[in-house]
Amino acid sequence: MDEGAPDPGLYDYQPYRNRPKLAWPDGRSCAVWVAPNLEYYEIDPPANPQRKPWARAHPDVAGFSYRDHSNRVSHWRMADVMSRHGFPGSVSLSVALCDHHPQVVADGVARGWEFFSHGIYNTRYSYGMTEEQERAIIEDSIATVQRATGQRIRGWLAPALTHTPRTLDLLAEYDFDYTCDLYHDDQVQEVKVASGQLASIPYSLEVNDHYGFNVYGMSGREYADCLIRQFDRLADEGERTGSGTVMCIPLHAYLIGQPHRIGPFEEALAHIAADPRCWKARAGEVVDAWRGQVGRAQQ
Amino acid sequence: MTLPADYITYPRRREGYDHDLYAWSNMHDRAPVSWPDGKSVAVWLCVSLEWFPITPEDKPFRAPGHMVTPYPDYRHYTVRDYGNRVGVWRMLDAFKAAGVRASFATNAAIAERYPQLIEAVLADGHEIIAHSTDMNGTITSDLTETQERALIADSLSRLEAASGVRPKGWLSIARSQSWRTLNLLAEHGIAYTCDWVNDELPYRMANGVVNLPLNTELSDRAIIAAQQHSAQGWAQMMRDAFDWLALEASGTAYTQGGGRMLPIHLTPYIMGLPYRIGALEELLADLCARKEAWFAPGAEIVEQWERQQ
Repeated sequence: MDEGAPDPGLYDYQPYRNRPKLAWPDGRSCAVWVAPNLEYYEIDPPANPQRKPWARAHPDVAGFSYRDHSNRVSHWRMADVMSRHGFPGSVSLSVALCDHHPQVVADGVARGWEFFSHGIYNTRYSYGMTEEQERAIIEDSIATVQRATGQRIRGWLAPALTHTPRTLDLLAEYDFDYTCDLYHDDQVQEVKVASGQLASIPYSLEVNDHYGFNVYGMSGREYADCLIRQFDRLADEGERTGSGTVMCIPLHAYLIGQPHRIGPFEEALAHIAADPRCWKARAGEVVDAWRGQVGRAQQ
Repeated sequence: MTLPADYITYPRRREGYDHDLYAWSNMHDRAPVSWPDGKSVAVWLCVSLEWFPITPEDKPFRAPGHMVTPYPDYRHYTVRDYGNRVGVWRMLDAFKAAGVRASFATNAAIAERYPQLIEAVLADGHEIIAHSTDMNGTITSDLTETQERALIADSLSRLEAASGVRPKGWLSIARSQSWRTLNLLAEHGIAYTCDWVNDELPYRMANGVVNLPLNTELSDRAIIAAQQHSAQGWAQMMRDAFDWLALEASGTAYTQGGGRMLPIHLTPYIMGLPYRIGALEELLADLCARKEAWFAPGAEIVEQWERQQ
């Protein structure tokens, strides 16, 4: 990025009208990728001067145990619903989860999920890191996930969405293929980096279950309805323009896997899965399909 | 603002938790638990009985629901106390009509100030759970051990003196504990706490205290006061939750099933309003008609679970 500049210079402006043709496999018009956040929040993390991990003095029992629900109860609920409707996960992973609760990570591996890094812990923020420190967390992420899953990670979602001005350049340097940190588009886009190349895949804050439940205060049924409307619209647009769209469903088991929400969520997934315009994809597959067509032409 | 070099060192990165308060286990792999009479979903109604002094304390923190305006905040003082004078009596009638028993998480000050209410709660066979002294009795690690021990001892002795009952259970205000709370509760003979919301069945902490998770997401405070749904919307969510738990109890791809629990956390000044109480009554009638439902106070759920461990 252009550090200090009013426009960070992350990408070129590209109008949504008259986009290049982009075909998803089998003539499908909307790539749907599901991104479960498999996280570990430390109970007593060190302070970062720019962000406080917990609202109260440690231990913040309400906050910590709320998120721990994922790793004891709700991960399997969420994962089973996804598998039942044929959606693989592309996991935003606090990589220390490989150490703390390898059973959760192994479950994702067994289901054929893709993993990318969401930092070491969701309670260690990148703000204020030196280049050396940032390289250390990138290298730790690559090595830890390789060891636990056999996969070389290709993507990044910054821990707790905390960045430095050099994050994206470093990702390209370490041969990452995509970032989930930019929310400027409903299609995959090229990111301007110092060297190499990096794609931005649409993740989503707006249809993230965290926004749905904890920002907008939706019921499980209202959130399910949002997912259906989001998909229907993106599939219509991709079909009409011949330029494939992308829908991400970012999840947290401790939210979507609550007993009053998981039933309506399953109904939304069933609706989307039944639509022949839906390409149930992993993040890497979406980026590869784009890179092979539009991305190459743009270079 | 640079970070210290050890910001990226992780001394507690290891298998299991980064603390020793309880061990990891996943719910679906545990030996199935069964509830009485072949029921599969325990429905635990838990009502908070809260007295908010009009003189709020901000140390260690101001309790959720506490005073808002500059002193004297008649508005919030009286709105909260409405629950203790009126709303909770509607709930007691609703429970009696449905033939169900509940837990009442009770500030010691409530038992002292409103003996008629405690008498009615006990006469109907409900359980009393300790819930601090009053809504200024919050806990975090900012308290000294002496202060916290005194707060817990005071809560329990005053509640016992006023109600005649020594409670087995403890609910902290806003479920907020310090590093010392679990041990201090054990020291005072508390058998179970409801503060950790990471599970949907009872489990045992390392020091022997049982945790009976009182789900925050299913509370009227979260759904009606914070997310601003109607009482009917709240009741629909409870029905959706019950349906899912009953399904999971009978076995799924990831679990052989076994008893599940639906905790319903109620607040008299929220659910006890004239235009909302009907939704609670209808929900109770619906759930009572479900063959899977076993309504029980927290202590009885813990007791059933303990017998099978």
